[in-house]
Amino acid sequence: MSPAHTVLEVRDIVKTYGGVRALGGVSLSLEAGEVHCLAGENGSGKSTLIKIISGVERPDSGTITIDGETHTHTTPTGAIRAGIQVIYQDFSLFPNLTAAENIAMLSELADRRKLSSRRRIRAAAERIVADLGLNIDLDADVEHLSVADRQLIAICRALVGEARVLIMDEPTTALTHSEVKRLFTIVRRLQDRGVAVVFVSHKLDEVLQISQRVTVLRNGEVVESGLASEYTGRAIAKAMTGRDVSEERLVDELPDGREPLMVVEGLGRKGAFADVSFTLRPGEILGITGLLGSGRSEIAEAIFGVAPADTGTVTIGGRTRRIRSIKDAVRAGIGYVPEDRLTQGLFLEKSIADNMVAASLDSYRNKAFLLDGKRIARSMADLFRRLRIKAPNVQAPVRSLSGGNAQRVVIAKWLDRKPNILMLNGPTVGVDIGSKEEIFAILREQAANGMGIIVISDDIPELVSSCHRVLIVRAGHVVAEVVGDDIDVDGIQERMTA
Amino acid sequence: MDILRRLRGANNEGVLAAVIIVVAIAMALASPAFFTPSTFFGLVRSSLVPLIFALGVLLVMISGGIDVSFPAIAIFAAYTTVQWSSQASFDPTLVGIFAIAIVIGALWGLVNGVVIARFRLPTLIVTLGTQGIIKGILLTYIGSAYISAAKLPPSISDAGDAHLVDIPGAGYLHGMLIPVVIVVVAVWWMLKHTTFGRSIFAIGGDIEAARRVGIKVVRTQILLYVLVGALAAFGGVISVILGKNANPQSLVGTELDIIAAVVLGGASIFGGRGSVFGTVLGVVLVQLINNNLVLIGIPSTWQRAAVGALLIIGVSIQALAALRDRRKPVLLEEEVSRA
Repeated sequence: MSPAHTVLEVRDIVKTYGGVRALGGVSLSLEAGEVHCLAGENGSGKSTLIKIISGVERPDSGTITIDGETHTHTTPTGAIRAGIQVIYQDFSLFPNLTAAENIAMLSELADRRKLSSRRRIRAAAERIVADLGLNIDLDADVEHLSVADRQLIAICRALVGEARVLIMDEPTTALTHSEVKRLFTIVRRLQDRGVAVVFVSHKLDEVLQISQRVTVLRNGEVVESGLASEYTGRAIAKAMTGRDVSEERLVDELPDGREPLMVVEGLGRKGAFADVSFTLRPGEILGITGLLGSGRSEIAEAIFGVAPADTGTVTIGGRTRRIRSIKDAVRAGIGYVPEDRLTQGLFLEKSIADNMVAASLDSYRNKAFLLDGKRIARSMADLFRRLRIKAPNVQAPVRSLSGGNAQRVVIAKWLDRKPNILMLNGPTVGVDIGSKEEIFAILREQAANGMGIIVISDDIPELVSSCHRVLIVRAGHVVAEVVGDDIDVDGIQERMTA
Repeated sequence: MDILRRLRGANNEGVLAAVIIVVAIAMALASPAFFTPSTFFGLVRSSLVPLIFALGVLLVMISGGIDVSFPAIAIFAAYTTVQWSSQASFDPTLVGIFAIAIVIGALWGLVNGVVIARFRLPTLIVTLGTQGIIKGILLTYIGSAYISAAKLPPSISDAGDAHLVDIPGAGYLHGMLIPVVIVVVAVWWMLKHTTFGRSIFAIGGDIEAARRVGIKVVRTQILLYVLVGALAAFGGVISVILGKNANPQSLVGTELDIIAAVVLGGASIFGGRGSVFGTVLGVVLVQLINNNLVLIGIPSTWQRAAVGALLIIGVSIQALAALRDRRKPVLLEEEVSRA
């Protein structure tokens, strides 16, 4: 590596929002060609720090030094011009424009071009894509590309303007195992070019794999900072949460002989998956895993009637159910927490209580066909407490919640319907480690009360810690079923990709 | 498939062109009077003003908004200019009249733009409000009297009689076609080949992402509404020229037809999509129906119903196309979240 050269340094950054201290004197320095991991739970101040570095927010006090020049704050364009680029979690791409235009837009603006030339844009995009050794359809509209490709486009866009600091906010959440590997290859290439990469993540194994230095934030303060080689995943998790976190198996064997809750036989949908059979017993947590596009989500969708199966049967409580629509599934006692909870499962502007009650209004109707406000308030207060949602009260809008808390609201919404079977697709995507544990603790508790739970996820460690059984899906077929102590991270990963 | 896709066009322009041809053939079969120069000239003439307005609506729609104040701006700018000119008995020439009206229109556009961009308010509500204010000011302070052909400035009356092609007994092609075509081409070029034009698409695609890549969203939006105000004023003056009168009560109320034409032309009401070519086709289709239903024996009272039906069909085609695109395998994962 080239001799260390500090490209960016922030010192004693303080930021308060209406009396709440988001950052209480944070310092961080970045050297050329290093990958620096910024870890912390939601609400620890990571995002605020990124916003201050990228000029979106102004700090109350503290300094930002870029290339030896010290400033009290930066502006978005100032930061971009200084070579500081942020890849946001949502990528901030334009779905209606082509990949090439998305990539070149930033440099076109930075160069203050008045006229737009398709040829120049195309050439700039091609150059960067070739530079990174990627294969992307530059003429396709971004909305037609996969999540992984969108991320690559966001990276290309950041680099086309000669970035020297690249901040990636939770870059691996939407990616599968092999896509993460590809991302890491690219990050290493950037490193060789002398780019300082800030990797914001909560997947600790990945962090330790890729970064040289680690800084952990908790409650707006740096609690740990040092060489990545000196930390274990567990030590970082402990620094983030302030308590010990384990990834051991947390569920016991289910007693034999209980009537199955749901029996799925020979389920299939043309072009998506075929011949899927399994049983779900009361109290069981069943994991379904596989790569992106393996059919893992489609199976859940079929059972929930979003895209009904065309062959096979689903038997619930001894009765064979025809599930042709979501309504059929809900009637059969199935609940589903979709993957993209922010656009799908929630009314963002509405209060926590309104969201939680949304799926079960019918059950709160009194004799006069009016809603029973008192009963609603009571069960909402109960759910709010049981799921430990961190908010001032049930009237707070869902938009104000962090990812982990928003996910709890979605789960609460389905729990209020009292389903017999609850399916969750990627329940911990974008959720920090502390919340993740609590979400699974809630699921285990529900299972202990007799609910059957299906978790679709590619976060293998969480499946290992909480599932009684894991189905591995590859190319639309269940290729393996692992039970009990045979469930381990390496074995599953191997079978997913084999 | 690839050829089919290309023919269909990015915003279903191909489908629209096919519909226009089918409608034209049906009309020709129903009435021998359809395929004549006079039908064609009539179609061109009646499309001129809606086309200019439609361009303004298109620009706003691509940026993710909806503008309903343009007819009010158009008649305000045109009437104010013509009335001042006729009262002062001073004819500033055709170019002068266009220039004054465009400045007035641009100023009203500035009002729209500042309110929308600065305070981030919903465009429909803001322009609904300014539409009322503009019309109120026009009728209260400027004038409510009809200005007849005799009182129009001579340069306007002359322009009204300027014909490009004149076929005795079969009508004429109006001279205003030339400036309108120039404006159409200019807007097309701006959308396609300027950073400003691409920024409008970007803002309509994702306004937050636009802020993050460094597009000056406020400035771009204000400039956009100024431009749209200027376009409206331009269309207003042309409508006075073609109609040979200036009526302060006219134009307001036509906005829905124009918006319908633009949506038919493939522009997305959610922003980010739309093309000048599609808009031209949309306007032509609506005018074709409006002008010629009578010719094939359908009472003119059915015009509105026909335009309404077309609008719904057009939007349905868009929705279906969007659905088909979503079925691509790469998006299997996302389908869950969108379903």
